[in-house]
Amino acid sequence: MSVAVTTPVPTPTSSAPARRPKLKTERLSARVSSAGLNVAVLALTLAWVTPTLGLLINSFRPSGAFNTSGWWTALAPPYQFTLDSYSHVLGASDLPSAFFNSFMITIPGTIIPTAIAAFAAYAFAWMKFPGRNWIFLALVGLLAVPLQMTFIPLLTIAVHLGLTSGNTLPFGLNAGFIAVWIAHTGYGLPFAIYLLANFFRVLPSDLFESAEIDGAGPVTVFFRLILPLSVPALASLIIFQFLWVWNDLLVALIYIGGTPEVAPLTLTLTNLVGSLGQHIEYLTAAAFVSMVVPLVVFFTLQRYFVRGILAGSVKG
Amino acid sequence: MDGVTPLITRLPALEVDWQTLLTVNLPVLLLVIIGVPLALAAYIVGAELLVKRLPKRAQPSVRPWIWVGPAIFFVAVILVYPMVGTVWTSLLDRNGTSFVGLGNFTRLLTDGGILIVLRNNVLWLILYPGLVLLFGLLMAVLSDRVKYEKPIKSLIFMPMAISFVAMAVIWQFVYYYRPSDVPQTGILNAILVNIFHGQPQTWIQDTRFNNFALIFIGVWGATGFAMVILSAALKGIPGELLEAARVDGANELTVFRRIILPLMMPTIVVVGTTMVIFALKAFDVVYVMTAGNYNTDILARRMYAELYKAGNHANASALAVILLLAVVPVLIFNLRQFRAVESRR
Repeated sequence: MSVAVTTPVPTPTSSAPARRPKLKTERLSARVSSAGLNVAVLALTLAWVTPTLGLLINSFRPSGAFNTSGWWTALAPPYQFTLDSYSHVLGASDLPSAFFNSFMITIPGTIIPTAIAAFAAYAFAWMKFPGRNWIFLALVGLLAVPLQMTFIPLLTIAVHLGLTSGNTLPFGLNAGFIAVWIAHTGYGLPFAIYLLANFFRVLPSDLFESAEIDGAGPVTVFFRLILPLSVPALASLIIFQFLWVWNDLLVALIYIGGTPEVAPLTLTLTNLVGSLGQHIEYLTAAAFVSMVVPLVVFFTLQRYFVRGILAGSVKG
Repeated sequence: MDGVTPLITRLPALEVDWQTLLTVNLPVLLLVIIGVPLALAAYIVGAELLVKRLPKRAQPSVRPWIWVGPAIFFVAVILVYPMVGTVWTSLLDRNGTSFVGLGNFTRLLTDGGILIVLRNNVLWLILYPGLVLLFGLLMAVLSDRVKYEKPIKSLIFMPMAISFVAMAVIWQFVYYYRPSDVPQTGILNAILVNIFHGQPQTWIQDTRFNNFALIFIGVWGATGFAMVILSAALKGIPGELLEAARVDGANELTVFRRIILPLMMPTIVVVGTTMVIFALKAFDVVYVMTAGNYNTDILARRMYAELYKAGNHANASALAVILLLAVVPVLIFNLRQFRAVESRR
């Protein structure tokens, strides 16, 4: 908390001429606290970025160089940067279909749990029904279920229903995708409901009361009031769910296995590195290739984190 | 099709079936992107229309269930059903044939090795949520006041976008140990040796600090998560409220303690609860960095080992049940919190 420098405040009783010098000291201390603020922010950010920076630099170094010297030595001449790792990773022929499969898994794997969680969160936050608090608590408790425990019983159900990567549904949709969507929906729901219900709960209640008096039904209130007012929360939830599904290796491995036609990027890149990690130098480049899409999603949704969506909405 | 031809020639391998990808797979993807949200909206609108047909008095008791129904269904199938099986398995012997009651639990808890596992879980439970909240809140509040907020937040968030396979490589470049007579490749030892003239340390193997080293990796990965949610809550505080307090002569620390912190409290509880549960379930970091060796094992990794390495479903299930029981205090705290919010309405 190095920034919390106390700013002297002009007292309302002081006369106009007496306030001028005070304003000067105020400006000076504001400048000091702003310098402290910037130093604190930049220092923390630098500390956070350094590990990733090491990976980024090593991904451009010749194969094996990171075994003998630190990545920071590459920042001084003689410069020896190469795109070898990237050209190997990007040259892997199944990369385009891996990207496609990742989208195919991640987009519904994000939309379905977010929508279903928003429906449920609305009911938990603003409707009265028997057992509401207990069901909600049970949901939060289910956050603690170790995913590994669910794989064997669920896989049995998936095979029973024919939701495996060997089957093709109408429109050429691979049935394995459906199994992964359902799995990610179930795994993502507890957190999604928990997060959204807590955001919906603190929306001002007069807003809904006046809407209901105006004759708006629950669907109208949900789509016209709740969703627009919760944009920052929805944006953060979508980012997290997208990232978890995009970076997931375990669930994909369990439910669709190693079939290349449906394998997502994580699976393809892991195979590229080799099960024994003998091509670890490719992993440095592969990590950045797989980071591109999540970062684009983050940058796109970041502009929805804006202040004051609620400002003036109650009385206006 | 012409647009993709140059790309093909640049790729060394030509096995990519662009034809299938663009004419079969792409339309399916588009269909899914449009169809899935439409189906979800159609469900809720259609169900509401059906509810409106019911007698006026019956509507309020039916309506909530159509909104929570899909969530309850998915959670029941995906999480509750396997969990019930897990609790049952934890009471059977390792062949799943005879009932042993709490036998698995007493055997697990009297095993000497479990004490270290439990100690490590307690370390994770205290340090991980605490540090994630501290750094997350600090970054959310501080970055809100600088002009370059967005790039800063993106950089803090970046570890979230890294899959845990890559995470192991990243931290190898931080914690790596080499003898003092050769150049260090891990930055932590390089700083220690070159700037402070110390001896290089085996950060991951040395039982004095390896748990802290691993917990910090977890904190590094999750701070972006906490920062984004806390920042969303911070942005939800009406600017007028803060301005009014500042005009009334409140200094920044007072504004933070008296206005920002209380208004963010529900969100802090959400993030804190999630982090406590994540700390209990922490698996990735220990799995990729040490595989539970050097006294760093934790419950979730031990469970994984029992399940897939030892094939002991009874022990694995008992560990999962212990994890679930450990969440109960967190649930009680949350229940109190809901009641407090309810009574304020």
